[in-house]
Amino acid sequence: MHKLLTDKPGSQMVLLGNEAIARGAIEAGVAVTTTYPGTPSSEISLNFFQISQECDLYFEYSTNEKVALEVAAATANCGVRTMCMMKHVGLNVAADALMTLAYVGVTGGLVILTADDPFMFSSQNEQDNRYYGKLSGLPILEPSSVEEAKDMIGYAFDLSEKLQEPVLFRTTTRINHSTAPVTLGAIKPRVTKGAFKRDPFSYVTVPAVSRKLHVKLLANLDKALAISETSEYNRISGSGKWGIICNGVSDAYVQDAIDDLKIGDRTRILRIGFSHPMPTQKISSFLKDCEKVLIVEEGEPFMEESVRSIAQESGIMIPIRGKDKTLFSRLYEYSPRQVRQVIANYFGVPYTPEPVMDVSDVPEIPQRPPNLCAGCSHRATFYEVKKAAEGLDTIYPTDIGCYTLGFLPPLGMGDFLICMGGSTSTPCGFSRVSDQKVVSFIGDSTFFHSGITGLINAVFNQHNFTLIILDNGITAMTGHQPNPGVDMSLMKLDGYGRLSIEEIVKAIGVPHIAVVHPYKVGKSIETIRDALNFKGVSVVIAKEICTLYAKSLKKAKSRPFTINDKCKNHRNCVNLLGCPAFFIENERVKIDPVMCAGCAVCAQICPENAIVPLKA
Amino acid sequence: MSDTTRLIIVAVGGQGNLLASSVLGEAALLSGIPFRMSEIHGMAQRGGVVESSLVFGKAGSTIISDGEADVLVGFEPSETLRALNKCNSKTIVVTNISPLPPFTVAIGKGVYPDLNQLQSLIRAKTAKLIALDAAAMAKEAGNVMAVNIVLLGALTRTGVLPLTAETVKAAIRSKTKPAFLDVNLKAFDMGFRQNS
Repeated sequence: MHKLLTDKPGSQMVLLGNEAIARGAIEAGVAVTTTYPGTPSSEISLNFFQISQECDLYFEYSTNEKVALEVAAATANCGVRTMCMMKHVGLNVAADALMTLAYVGVTGGLVILTADDPFMFSSQNEQDNRYYGKLSGLPILEPSSVEEAKDMIGYAFDLSEKLQEPVLFRTTTRINHSTAPVTLGAIKPRVTKGAFKRDPFSYVTVPAVSRKLHVKLLANLDKALAISETSEYNRISGSGKWGIICNGVSDAYVQDAIDDLKIGDRTRILRIGFSHPMPTQKISSFLKDCEKVLIVEEGEPFMEESVRSIAQESGIMIPIRGKDKTLFSRLYEYSPRQVRQVIANYFGVPYTPEPVMDVSDVPEIPQRPPNLCAGCSHRATFYEVKKAAEGLDTIYPTDIGCYTLGFLPPLGMGDFLICMGGSTSTPCGFSRVSDQKVVSFIGDSTFFHSGITGLINAVFNQHNFTLIILDNGITAMTGHQPNPGVDMSLMKLDGYGRLSIEEIVKAIGVPHIAVVHPYKVGKSIETIRDALNFKGVSVVIAKEICTLYAKSLKKAKSRPFTINDKCKNHRNCVNLLGCPAFFIENERVKIDPVMCAGCAVCAQICPENAIVPLKA
Repeated sequence: MSDTTRLIIVAVGGQGNLLASSVLGEAALLSGIPFRMSEIHGMAQRGGVVESSLVFGKAGSTIISDGEADVLVGFEPSETLRALNKCNSKTIVVTNISPLPPFTVAIGKGVYPDLNQLQSLIRAKTAKLIALDAAAMAKEAGNVMAVNIVLLGALTRTGVLPLTAETVKAAIRSKTKPAFLDVNLKAFDMGFRQNS
């Protein structure tokens, strides 16, 4: 049985934040779960995916976040408790659905989880999704710890049903990827079937209907405000004239700082866990008890703007500070030391921090950036495209996935990236106004996610570029999740369809289509060169299973290669491919037989034919 | 801060530091000691650096600021050196000395630090350095992948963490696959004995 289905209320279990969130939803009787995977939210979905194979919980990897939210909007409007998970930028994709779903509302609880990523550990930006609460008029809940995350999910479902609105549940990486002991609660029975009650004048958002629905949304927001005022998640602790208002992980840093600085007797803390709408009365009365207030929130001054406006309305003139050149930044995540230091500075508490270690005499340590795996077929494809494009002035738009790493040396393949799916649309613009040859890259899952529409645009508007679809048969970067092109029988799962990328590209009407097997270097270069020479839209599908995934399926080509004494140290293998299985020993290139995946790509580019299979 | 112990583990993706952290977490749970930890997942899986922070005691924070680690365990020597900014003069450092040079070295974008200089630098700047060839010991124990468990042995021996060898071994029993248990227990004992 899956550990998150353990029915032992009161017992303790060590859980990752994302597991605690999934457990919270299971305890709340969630019956439908939808997602598009994205770090730092991915493990929530992974757990639901596993759990759904053991019980009647429905889970799906949807094509993208918008689809996931639309599926969820329908199940929740049949009265079924539903959760929809995504990373912060995923909510941008789903925003169109979100904004009007807020007007329509839900009948069954719907919790929309957005996992924000301050510092961008694995994201393209660090946008603060609390503003989606303001933009859409929906309530936001934000946990401060792993334990609280579990309990707050249940509260979120109840709140959603009380207000008949979706609830935004906002986490940050340090909640999703922290681990702590959690006390299990009772599991509510799942209600997996519901029914939709037809009522077009409440659900079909033509202007006349929406005008009424907006009135309803604002009334709901007033109800939400009243609940936020008395919510247990907006709590005041301590007493004293120094006020601190904080949220999320900052709460732990503040509590630790107050202990370390021994100012508990002088400090009053308002922890905001229900952050939209902000509890106006509670904040106003908190401010009245303080001489000065510091706002501790990572990201944007979301609470600060609101607190200042509440102070203005209540005629409170005390200093209220947060984001400021001398205090907190809008950049990156906070650290306990930084929070301790800023609190000490702001309130004038004597504090001598532990001196920062002088590492000026430490030699420069070679960087260890993430790299494509040994034997990754993307490396082969990048090499082949580079070869095929020799002599051309090129632009290489790229997309989001493992292959984004191709932009690093020595491959250096990747010139422009803004969002998922952009690699099929930005080439339309690049090729329209520049005379450079545009060759762009997209992975299989990203193609399904949001690449197809850009390709349709390219064919309709007769743009001129080559799209390379890197089809490794799985969503690799986020940990091998399925996508519509995946052969689900490899996972021994039935009940799934399978879409062919080649058939889709054909159906779109792309005039030049080719398929390559990137481990066959010479043939691939030739085929890619033909595609590059084509005037118009050409597509090359590079098909080879993800080498890590193949290993996990025990389908890997495991025969490693070695370098024999014919080697004349040209080092084309290392310098052009940069495969991590190579290392240098006594000025000679060697291959780590444990790491080598046996793809034989280096063997094909060695000018001396010195790379050969290792004899068993 | 005195009633709290802060541990940083740095490793290269694939060296098993998530398992090491989870063993320590389980051991803390068995001992009834409050703890929290934080890890960075995702891109790190692709051969990058993986850092875990473990906080034992009553603190609420799950991350450890620069200069505030009580103990640092490095699974790879150059990564131990890179994490030195997490330490202060009272920090105890445990490191594997068997290198895994990053591919940037192979393509000529950096020079791997000299292992002797690396150790003397760490020794000079911290309270104590325990350096061991965990890769060789893991191999001797019967599995090259047991580097993480060898280092857990050496870490436990320092006595910095509020965990006994017996509890950590009990946690290893509950967290590792039965097929690897004997090798792991042997690896733990080798690491534990080495550090003396």
